[in-house]
Amino acid sequence: MSYGAWIMLTGSLVGVTCGIVGCFLILRKMAMLADAISHTVLLGIVLAYLVSHSLEGIYMLIGAGIIGLLTAFLVQVLDSSGVQSDAAIGVVFTSLFAFGVILLSAFAGKVHLDVNHALMGEITFIPWNTLTIGGMDLGPSAVWMLGSVLLINLILIFLFYKEIKISSFDPALASAIGIPVMFIHYLLMSMVSITTVASFDSVGAILVVAMLIVPGATAYLLTDKLLVMLVISAAIGVIAAIGGYYAALVWNISISGSMASIAGLIFAMTFILSPKHGLMSKIIAKRSIVAEQS
Amino acid sequence: MNPVNVSNVTVAYDRKPVLQEITFDMPEGKLIGVVGPNGAGKSTLIKAILGLIPTASGNVEIYGKSYKSQRKLVGYVPQRGSVDWDFPTNALDVVLMGRYGHIGWFRRPGKKDTAIALQALDKVGMKEYANRQISQLSGGQQQRVFLARALAQDATVYFMDEPFVGVDAATEKAIISLLNELKAQGKTVLVVHHDLQTVKEYFDWTLLLNKRKIALGPTEEVFTIDNLQKTYGGRLSFLDTQVDASHVVQS
Ligand SMILES: Nc1ncnc2c1ncn2[C@@H]1O[C@H](COP(=O)(O)OP(=O)(O)OP(=O)(O)O)[C@@H](O)[C@H]1O
Ligand SMILES: [Mg+2]
Repeated sequence: MSYGAWIMLTGSLVGVTCGIVGCFLILRKMAMLADAISHTVLLGIVLAYLVSHSLEGIYMLIGAGIIGLLTAFLVQVLDSSGVQSDAAIGVVFTSLFAFGVILLSAFAGKVHLDVNHALMGEITFIPWNTLTIGGMDLGPSAVWMLGSVLLINLILIFLFYKEIKISSFDPALASAIGIPVMFIHYLLMSMVSITTVASFDSVGAILVVAMLIVPGATAYLLTDKLLVMLVISAAIGVIAAIGGYYAALVWNISISGSMASIAGLIFAMTFILSPKHGLMSKIIAKRSIVAEQS
Repeated sequence: MNPVNVSNVTVAYDRKPVLQEITFDMPEGKLIGVVGPNGAGKSTLIKAILGLIPTASGNVEIYGKSYKSQRKLVGYVPQRGSVDWDFPTNALDVVLMGRYGHIGWFRRPGKKDTAIALQALDKVGMKEYANRQISQLSGGQQQRVFLARALAQDATVYFMDEPFVGVDAATEKAIISLLNELKAQGKTVLVVHHDLQTVKEYFDWTLLLNKRKIALGPTEEVFTIDNLQKTYGGRLSFLDTQVDASHVVQS
């Protein structure tokens, strides 16, 4: 496969994986918590490296998973002890992230990771960092990592679909009928954590939030069905990735930046033009009501 | 055996007690109204019975056993405002959620569940709206969807938090006749209610609540001016205009 094709595949995998998980974040009004987790997993990655002395995917996933859950847990604890929830997120997020940055700078010589890379990602290097097993070149390791995370997420969503749905829509009824709402919450937060880590290398901590939130928010405007929302969101992720790649080629700009920008552009267009909830349709509807009345 | 025994239940939010030492037994096969001012703890009482919030002390039994082992016997209609009606789903889907407790892990609602859900929608006069997106339903229709969902739970004891809020008079009558139907099947229904005018007409029993239990018993015995004063306290003038003499029991 060509260099460009690998980049587009990587970007598309980021788009699909983030887009699907992101829908649940939108529906549960947890965009801020996702933002927090996408930053605190940096700490997870650094700790995983310091413990395992390896930058292999599996250690990163475990480290990020643990710190992601810790983030969600600490926010929950502060929240239920009376701290306002956005303040709780702010406190936990900045403390853990800062700790991650400190560790990273203290062990800068040993960790082959720099803050800039972690924040911005570097999708252009992805195709050269390949996975080789037994001397066989299996393609970029980021693709394998993203593919595995996507598969894990899809399996979890498939298995727990109705539990996730009811505890997102009506948590009170869900726990009344015996569905472990908190377990589902932490399950989703784990999915967010591993999704973030897998996407880290390619788009970095800042833009992964855009890929998590924007496609889901757009899909929310376009459909009234949860399943359709998941599909649309994933599709928008792919369009943003491929469109972003070509835009970056044409204007010679950052690939991950233009991916996120395209996603933002799609959102803006949808927000204005969507037949269901769009600005235009609302204005037109208002006009026609006024016209009817006069 | 009583469907519900509540003994000595105390609930506190942030150490501020909102329910104190509540003890009562619900009789079987009755429509029971719960009245009390805003913030009296009516919703909290239901949530405590269903184990949705921790209790500081006390104990709840459903047919003599813990709630956890009797979940399938209990149906719940939360306050309508407690969910996001913009959630991307339709009426049938919401009613199907009433079946989730019966379905179990890793399985999807089947044909039988869909049939039960459609039947429940039919019961509340909402069958034509099965595929309607829930955000496009009126408040009263949303309330009926919630009721249908509780019917789909196929329970023997029901807890309903203000099912009459925002519904028109005709819907209110329809809901009441539905509740009477449930009663005729031997089911027990506890309903949080705000309209004091209709308490005597609708409910066999009444629970008057304001942080503590003021009274519980057959409506004709406990729904007295005296008890209402104890429940609503200083807002007596409000009571005078709300409830004219014909709607309460003369003591
Ligand atoms: N999550 C919460 N945290 C803190 N206090 C709460 C919470 N929920 C309810 N309360 C308080 O508990 C008290 C009882 O509330 P509850 O909702 O049970 O009242 P209610 O009788 O159902 O009122 P309404 O008629 O307005 O529905 C109120 O004073 C309320 O402020
Ligand atoms: Mg209430």
